[in-house]
Amino acid sequence: MKEYIDTGKKDTRSGFGAGLAELGRTNPRVVALTADLKGSLKMDEFAAEHPERYFECGIAEANMIGMAAGLAIDGFVPFAGTFANFATARVYDQIRQSVCYSNTNVKIAASHAGITLGEDGATHQTLEDIGMMRMLPGMTVLCPCDYNQTKAATIAAAEWEGPVYLRFGRPSVPNFTDPDEKFVIGKAQQLSEGSGVTILATGHLVWEAIQAVKELEAKGVSVDLFNIHTIKPLDEEAILRSVAKTGKVVCAEEHLIAGGLGEAVAGLLARNNPVPMRFVAINDTFGQSGKPAQLMQAYGLDAAHIVEAALSL
Amino acid sequence: MDYTFEQISSQVRRDIVRMVAKAASGHPGGSLSSTDIMTYLFFREMQVSPETWKRNGQGLDMFFLSAGHITPVYYSVLARRGYFPVEELNTFRLFGTRLQGHPCVEKGLPGVNQAAGSLGQGLSVAAGAAAGKKIAGDPHRVFCLVGDGESEEGQIWEAALVAAHHKLDNLVAITDWNGQQIDGSTEDVAGLGDLESKWKAFGWEVIVADGHCFKSIEKAFAEAREKGGNGKPVMILFRTEMGHGVDFMAGTHKWHGKNPSPEQCEEAMKQLQETMGDF
Repeated sequence: MKEYIDTGKKDTRSGFGAGLAELGRTNPRVVALTADLKGSLKMDEFAAEHPERYFECGIAEANMIGMAAGLAIDGFVPFAGTFANFATARVYDQIRQSVCYSNTNVKIAASHAGITLGEDGATHQTLEDIGMMRMLPGMTVLCPCDYNQTKAATIAAAEWEGPVYLRFGRPSVPNFTDPDEKFVIGKAQQLSEGSGVTILATGHLVWEAIQAVKELEAKGVSVDLFNIHTIKPLDEEAILRSVAKTGKVVCAEEHLIAGGLGEAVAGLLARNNPVPMRFVAINDTFGQSGKPAQLMQAYGLDAAHIVEAALSL
Repeated sequence: MDYTFEQISSQVRRDIVRMVAKAASGHPGGSLSSTDIMTYLFFREMQVSPETWKRNGQGLDMFFLSAGHITPVYYSVLARRGYFPVEELNTFRLFGTRLQGHPCVEKGLPGVNQAAGSLGQGLSVAAGAAAGKKIAGDPHRVFCLVGDGESEEGQIWEAALVAAHHKLDNLVAITDWNGQQIDGSTEDVAGLGDLESKWKAFGWEVIVADGHCFKSIEKAFAEAREKGGNGKPVMILFRTEMGHGVDFMAGTHKWHGKNPSPEQCEEAMKQLQETMGDF
């Protein structure tokens, strides 16, 4: 495997903030809304530079999604940002009717997703959002893996016509992707080539998967590793091609097994080429308070668990 | 040929009852209560261009229906105003129609810019559209029709708070205050209380008017124009009667979402003059 270098830990939400700030300067149609979480979502720069295109909506998320839809009807490209739980579960019907069914060009920016939110605990650790968003007709679901890629994904989301769910997180994590690489929606990013097993990882678990591949290679297992930064539309061609070669798959994500990347892949394989699979994900339970690394370990999401899953196939 | 508002309303009411009877489903009660308001809006108050309608509403007034179930009045008024052929009203609620039970954009019906049906969402969308017009420097207004029963939804009050906060004085909301909802009168189901004071307290300009008297409707919209641009969104509370215009449907919640039998439809037709030609 090529060596991936951590250029310094950064949070993915700052990648979103940087992408939004860049869009503010390059695209006058981009507007931003938040529900009292401007600072948490790193939207300060955009808000300061473009106060006329920034809407503080208060702690009233349902209305924020509706306003974003109205701005989109006018021809603007709204980014509505809040914590992932309040950006999905709390406003599911609003996203369903006012965004997806109405095909409004709204970008849902969802921060603090997953268990790595940490100390705030289960009320804020959404582990169901990928499933909820995947189910909606017309929704595109993005889950970039680091700061650079989240910035690129934000810019790609603005160029994409139609509703987008953009998932990112709170903790500082290794920043290793090429800052100049264009984010291509729907195209899986191959990180290593091998024939022993396919690993499909998304979000924060991509770095964990890279560590797992190093260990597996040391044990003589070669790995086809993909960063599935687009969960919908899924890069079916790349996945089927890899699985035809390896005959086994591990999916890794910071989400429940139910509804997540793993189930999307399982459905694809069941229809085309059923092979043994393992799911590195959380099984039918809520999270709890703790340090991100501690929670990743406790809920079976770290590199060691990916290695174990691969070896068990 | 020019028609009076009364003549248009009479035809729209005929359309409503006939559409719902033909489809054997739909919502006549609230459609009939908001007929006069919708007629005045589309035939006089709003600057619209049915022939060149575009979803983004640039350079024109925009309308959002929040109480999505009153599609019979919405579709009839749009068709009668020239957005699409009147004959298409025959397809209301039928398989493959552009005239879905609740409005949608997916089927491409001219005049409809947003899906509605799950209640409480339209006012927020209208507020967003009004905010967009401000950014774009478009001096036109955004109108939104809300049901009184619908005003039990929390999102209506989120929109009320935030629209006032952002001084969206190009937004004109209208409540069809017919006092009825599916399970009974609004006061029996979940008392709305003093709506006028509530909207005022949320920072809106509030006008109360009779929604079945065209003089009163005209005066209310004139007042809304005067009050627009003063830093506050405007709410017009129109006192109306559920099922207005058809005696056996009037004043009761029972015709919220019920279709008349062929005989009842015939009876209703005797009470409503055909003025523009039935579809």
